[in-house]
Amino acid sequence: MSPKREIAFTLNGVPTRASVSPELSALALIREVLGLTGTKLGCGEGECGACTILVDGRSVNSCLMFALDCEGRSLVTIEGLAADPLGARIEQAFVEAGAVQCGFCTPGMVVQAHNLLTAHPHPTREQIRRGIEGNLCRCTGYFKIVEAIERAAGAQE
Amino acid sequence: MAEIERVLAPASLDEAAEALAAGEATLLAGGTDLMPASHAGKVRFAPMLINLRRIAELSGIAVEDGELRIGTLVTIAELLGDEAVRERCPILAEAADHFASPQIRNAATIGGNLCNASPAGDMLVPLLAAGARVELASKPDGTLVRRVLPLEEFLVGPGRTRRRPDELLATVRVPAAAPDAIWRFFKSGTRPALDISAVSIGLLARKAGNALHEVRIALGAVAPTVVRARAAEATLEGRVLNPETMEAAACAARDEVHPISDVRASAWYRKELIHNMLRRMLSDVAET
Ligand SMILES: Cc1cc2nc3c(=O)[nH]c(=O)nc-3n(C[C@H](O)[C@H](O)[C@H](O)COP(=O)(O)OP(=O)(O)OC[C@H]3O[C@@H](n4cnc5c(N)ncnc54)[C@H](O)[C@@H]3O)c2cc1C
Ligand code: FES
Ligand code: FES
Repeated sequence: MSPKREIAFTLNGVPTRASVSPELSALALIREVLGLTGTKLGCGEGECGACTILVDGRSVNSCLMFALDCEGRSLVTIEGLAADPLGARIEQAFVEAGAVQCGFCTPGMVVQAHNLLTAHPHPTREQIRRGIEGNLCRCTGYFKIVEAIERAAGAQE
Repeated sequence: MAEIERVLAPASLDEAAEALAAGEATLLAGGTDLMPASHAGKVRFAPMLINLRRIAELSGIAVEDGELRIGTLVTIAELLGDEAVRERCPILAEAADHFASPQIRNAATIGGNLCNASPAGDMLVPLLAAGARVELASKPDGTLVRRVLPLEEFLVGPGRTRRRPDELLATVRVPAAAPDAIWRFFKSGTRPALDISAVSIGLLARKAGNALHEVRIALGAVAPTVVRARAAEATLEGRVLNPETMEAAACAARDEVHPISDVRASAWYRKELIHNMLRRMLSDVAET
């Protein structure tokens, strides 16, 4: 086995340490090593967005990120957004708009919506569609997800 | 999969080049190519893994001597949001807008795209059209040296470049577009952005009246590397755009490429796309 490397980072605001092998993904670190299973493994190839997390405030596919690259960074997962006002608003809007069916894509969608609304507090419908183009949903047909994000943006004042 | 014995995260280019001089290493930038390749068992990791992401001097965009100097670690999202890039190399910003998804754009670097050297690499097409050069750094005998290569020479084949194992890509240099420059970028795909292109086309030229000068056309996914369409360029050089010259250029481009058939498209379809899309781009230019 490749040697493990000790890394330190913050996860949802909490200073965290972990011992990771070089090939491990950030997603496996979060789910399997640290036991936070809100972040989902869909494709494992960067296509579906179910594994979306925020790294230093930007959304990335955690399945494509090397765990060792978490060193010194600030990671926020869906669990961390529950305590965040914008995150809570997006979750509420998803419930109200009926944007959740099986729910598998939802954590990634919510994190990505957070990233979008942070950059564009009042996005156009087109900006919302483009903002979630890296997130697949097999249930809803996207319409209600776009509506939920619009609703969350409207509730922002 | 080979064993990674050591992981380094150097803080400076000098340190990284020194580590590279000491032995074979796998370089890590955004990881968006490396991670899927590693999952698929397609990477032969060297004993040393060097994470480049902490090297501040390899990030950031500057303008020097009229050139854009883009650090290898600049992400596609950063290119897209950068004022200097939009002004001086708008075709690059346009291609960045067609690149994968927001999440990938936040992680993927320009240098990773160039070093991965995919014939469908979306940064390669606009950069080749823009006449970009790459700056490689190494430390062969104790001092840091840099050499600059035209992108066209740097790219050798799919996944193959002229980078020596002891070198790393440091900066991408892009000449600023002339004030009278026109540009168009086209990428085909069934989903708006996340698809790997079946073909892509970059067109850059200066336009005086309705005539084109210094025409540069780059084509992606029709050859082992991104290539210039020199025959098509020659038919257009100095000519006024009209139905005959546009058709001649589109035919020349179609006839000078020899694409392969694969899961994304047949060779015939790729040739037709090149013809039809170049034709459309040119008439669009003629109308503006
Ligand atoms: C779902 C998905 C969609 C994608 N869509 C697109 C797309 O639309 N268009 C497109 O062009 N690509 C696309 N890609 C491919 C990939 O995202 C890009 O090629 C990206 O630019 C690679 O950059 P990176 O920083 O992630 O590279 P990494 O994976 O970190 O590195 C890629 C290669 O370059 C080498 N390398 C990196 N930096 C240096 C350096 N400074 N010096 C020397 N060698 C270096 C690495 O060793 C490795 O071999 C996609 C990938 C995925 C997973
Ligand atoms: S699991 Fe990461 S994008 Fe699908
Ligand atoms: S709700 Fe089932 S995948 Fe989106």
